[in-house]
Formats: sequence, C-alpha cells, structure tokens
Amino acid sequence: MSTTTRQIVLDPDAARNRRARERGPVTRRSARRRGLLLPLAFLAPAGLGYLVFYLWPTVRGIWLSFTSFNLLTPAEFVGLDNYRRLVQDPLFWDSLGITVWYVVLNIGLQTVLALIIALMMHQLTRSTFLRGVVLSPFMVSNVVAALVWLWILDTQFGVANQVLEWLGVGSIGFLTDEFWSIPTIAAINVWRHMGYTALLIFAGLQTLPDTVYEAARIDGAGETRIFFSITMPLLRPILALVLIMTIIGSFQVFDTVAVTTSGGPANSTNVLQLYIYDMAFGRFQFGYAAAMSVALLIVLGIITFIQFKLTRANKTDLD
Amino acid sequence: MSTIPTVDPATPAPTPTPAPAAAARPRRPRPTPGKVLAWVAMALIVLVTLFPFYWMLRTALSTNASLYEDPAAVLPPEFSTGGFARVFGAQSQEEALAEGGAATSLVFWRYIVNSLIVATLVTVGQLLFCAMAAYAFARLRWPGRDLVFGIFLAGLMVPTIFTLLPNFVLIKELGLIDNVLGIALPTMFMTPFAIFFLRQFFLNIPREIEEAALLDGVSRVGIFFKVVLPMAAAPMATLGILTYMTAWNDYFWPLMVSYTDDSRVLTVALGVFRAQSPQTGTDWAGLMAATLVAALPMVVLFALFAKRIVNSIGFNGLK
Repeated sequence: MSTTTRQIVLDPDAARNRRARERGPVTRRSARRRGLLLPLAFLAPAGLGYLVFYLWPTVRGIWLSFTSFNLLTPAEFVGLDNYRRLVQDPLFWDSLGITVWYVVLNIGLQTVLALIIALMMHQLTRSTFLRGVVLSPFMVSNVVAALVWLWILDTQFGVANQVLEWLGVGSIGFLTDEFWSIPTIAAINVWRHMGYTALLIFAGLQTLPDTVYEAARIDGAGETRIFFSITMPLLRPILALVLIMTIIGSFQVFDTVAVTTSGGPANSTNVLQLYIYDMAFGRFQFGYAAAMSVALLIVLGIITFIQFKLTRANKTDLD
Repeated sequence: MSTIPTVDPATPAPTPTPAPAAAARPRRPRPTPGKVLAWVAMALIVLVTLFPFYWMLRTALSTNASLYEDPAAVLPPEFSTGGFARVFGAQSQEEALAEGGAATSLVFWRYIVNSLIVATLVTVGQLLFCAMAAYAFARLRWPGRDLVFGIFLAGLMVPTIFTLLPNFVLIKELGLIDNVLGIALPTMFMTPFAIFFLRQFFLNIPREIEEAALLDGVSRVGIFFKVVLPMAAAPMATLGILTYMTAWNDYFWPLMVSYTDDSRVLTVALGVFRAQSPQTGTDWAGLMAATLVAALPMVVLFALFAKRIVNSIGFNGLK
C-alpha cells in the first residue's frame, strides 16, 4: 500500500498528467493513449512468450487429456475415456506409489541433512568458500550426477561396493535391486540438492533476531532448549516454504531415473514422469499421457494446499 | 504459489546478502566438544560432496582395462587420456574398440556448440525480455497493471513439467523439432520467476534518478536502457548466471525435441553415450571423460562467480 502512495507522489507522469488535466479533456485522452503504447511495447515479447508457451500449453494440456491423440492425426474428443482408463490402470497407481515413496525418502533425508548442515554452518562459520563447496553439486546437471553415481555404485566395479566388500558387508545392487533402486535414486538427488536446501535454511537462520537468543541465554536456557523452543518455532515458516518447494520439485523426478535405470529393474523405478514420457513418446498415446499429467497437477495442487494449511506457512511467530 | 507470501514488494531488501545479525554473536575462547564434533561432521559432508568430482577425474584419466583390474585405486590405476580422445572423436574405430569404447563414436565438439547456442539464446532473450516486462510492471503506470502481473505470477503455479507435452506438440507444428531454436524457444521469452525477480529490484531503484533523467530530456526508453539497466547490472548478472546454468543442465525438454547431431545438446549426448556403451562392459573412462566435459563449463562458471551465486540464495525470491 505504502508503495503505491509513494509512486503517485513521486511519479513524474503524475505531474505531467496534472498539467494535462488543466489543459482539457481531449489532450488528456490522447496522452493516455500515448501512455499505453510504451507499456505495451515493453510487455510484448514476454507477454507473447507467456501466452504461447505457458497459458496456451496449460489450456491445451487439459484439452488433450479429453482426447485421443497420436500426434499424426488430429486429436479426437473422447470425453472422460482417458480418466476412466487412468482409474483402472494398475501401472498408473503403481507409478504414483513409487513416486510418493521416492518423494518421502528424498525429502525426508534431504530436509534433515540440510537442516543439520545449515545449523552447523550457522554455529561454525559463515565462510563463502564453504558455502560454495556445499553448493557445488547443484551446479552440475542431474544427468552428470546420475552418471557419476551410477559408476561409484556399480555392483561389480563401483568403489562403494569395493569398500562394502572390504568391510565384509558384501556388495549391494544399488541400482539393480528392486528394493534398493528407489532409495538409491533418492540419495543421488539428495547429494545434488542438499547443499542448495541447506543454504536456503541458512539464509533463513540469518534473519532470526539475536535479541531472542540473548534473552534466552540470560534466562539460562541450554543449547538444546534454545534449539527446540526458539530456533525451530521461528524457523517453521521458512522450513514450510522450503518443504513445499522441494516436494513439488521432487514429484517431477525424471532425469536421474531415465539415465540410471530407465524404470527398471522390474518397473521398480517407473516414476510417474517416466511413465508419462513413455506413454507419449514410446506409445504415442498423447491423450492418455496428458490425462496423467493433469492428475499429477491435481495431486501437486492438493499437496500444496494441505501443506499451506497445516504449516500456516504465511504466518511467523515473530508477528 | 510458495514464493508469493515471502516476498513483500515493499521490503527494501532485494540485496541477497543475509542480514549480518549472526556476526554479533559472541565467540567462545575455547572450542567445545560439540564444536569439534560439528567440524568433524562438516568435514565428512564436504568429503561426500566433493568425492564424486574427484572420482570422475580419476576415472576419466584411466584405461578401462585397469579400472576393471583395480577398481578401488585412489589414483588412476593406469594413466591414459584415451577417454577424452574418444569423446572428441580423435580415436580411430579400432583404437576405440580396443580400449573398450563404442564402435560408433559421438563427437562432443558438436554438442558443446549446440549447448552453447541454446544456453546463450535462452539467457540473452530471457534477460532482455523479462527486464523490459519487469520495468513495465515496476515503473510504468497503465490500467490493469497489477491484474496482468498477477496473471503472470500465476504461471509460477503450473509446474514446468505440465507444459512440456503440449509445448512439444506446438514445436512440432512449428516445424522446429530437432532444431536448436526449438529447444530454446519455450524459455527464451520469459519465465515468471525472472520477471518477478527483476521487478523486485526495479521497485527499489530511487525514483529521483529517473526523474532527473526525465528532466534532462531523456525518453522513457532511453531511461530504461541507459539508466535503469546499468544500475541493475548486478541482479541481471546473477539471474543470467542462474538462467545459463539451468538451460545448460536441462535434460527432459531437449530429450523430447532433439534427435540427431543437428540439435543434440550435451546432457542428451551423455544419455546416448551411456546407452551406446558396448555390451561387454560400460566404457567408464570415456563416459566419465564425457561427463567431465559436460560439467566443466559450469564448474568454471561457478568458480568465477561463486560468491555471487552463493549469496543469491535466500528468501528474496526463491527458485
């Protein structure tokens, strides 16, 4: 609100408009038309991009979900057929389950580790170098991260299994075993994203007011008490936002799976995005693929809404 | 959706540097056992973070035969630059086969060029067009401005993944499949985030500076290009680096659009390299050399701008 007032007071256009008003209504109208041309010109390229590559595909994606479409012949309206099929498709529900399992493991591990790293950095050092090191995996692509871990975790020749053998645990088929494949992919993506998440939380920690901590220390509160009674409650809105963001990103997992296991072994890593991709580009059933995308969109919408309600993300205890 | 509540346009703090509140916390003279433990844990995290980078290099500089003989050697078991030679097509077919490479060679020069073109197109286009739009939203006055801005922001709520399928159909209709322009186009004009990020900054440029230029007879367009853009050099650079990295690292969208060397970018080429590996055993030396080639430009970019990138992560507009 305050910004708008300031704008009006300081806006040089306002002065010009005032002058125009004194001159009469005709000039004012033409001045207004002239005033509209400039914003339009400034907005045109981005506006075009928004309409063509954001709004139109969103509408079209929803429309395609009600059609049968193989890319070669025009889309044919089939009503709710795709959605009826979706409800009865065991592979869809499987892949949704796999995706949820992945998200739970990925987000759980990542949030805990990131929180620990952020708290440690907050206590120990604010070194930019260390923050840079922690962030470095985020700079390389998912594909690069997936390939290097594929090699490190190789059942026969991977160094991780060499170490496990040496320790007497025996080698584990990290990406070739149905039980381990999803946890492994979740861990690979934790490696790439935990530093980024930690720095987000770290930035949040920096904004917590010192006065509260000083008061707690004067009252004789120990570090543990301070953490649970002050840091965590104050950090809650920040953690909530980080969670919403990372969960939405996590649901869209594709690259790592596509490069390492392509859905196997025995469909154990057939995450939703991979199933959608395979439906569209492997079997050319774009209509059904679009329906599954809509389903994912709805799932993400519901999760965001629930999280928002549960965590009261927009409220902070500092208010 | 998640980003909206945190960012208050009235807050005069688009500078990414976290508040220096923590600096005031008193330092203890002697390290407590807790601190020592935290440092040890931190060192462990740094080790896990950096080890894969080292392993990539160590593997890329070995021969495949020696990797299979001595998989756990810390240094390259048998030094060779053959992996890099294969990646750049500098080995004959017989040589490549003898060293455990694939019969058909991929020449990565081409993919580097394609990646450079795509990332540059996306970054330059997005920066310019988003800055223009952000300026129209932040500084120009026109009816319906806040409504239109709200509609743009709503674009943040649709996960990118949802628009991929319909955008593929559109790019196909435009005849831009297997074309670098087709890869760049959807993100070349705008992302809601970029507009949002730059608008935040423009809102905080003192109006007096623009007023002074207006009084000197500089046009609105002139003010944008000669006064506002130079002042926004820092956030533009940060956004540019992040955009470049995102475009460079993208896999899913180029995977849909590019099929041959004409448009194949590095991430997609890596996937193909992995898929083409000989049946007898993966060409790990070559694959890690290729991975390194794909990652190196980002590692260099990061090394050059680490401070800027690290400090950009905060709650002034999440990504």
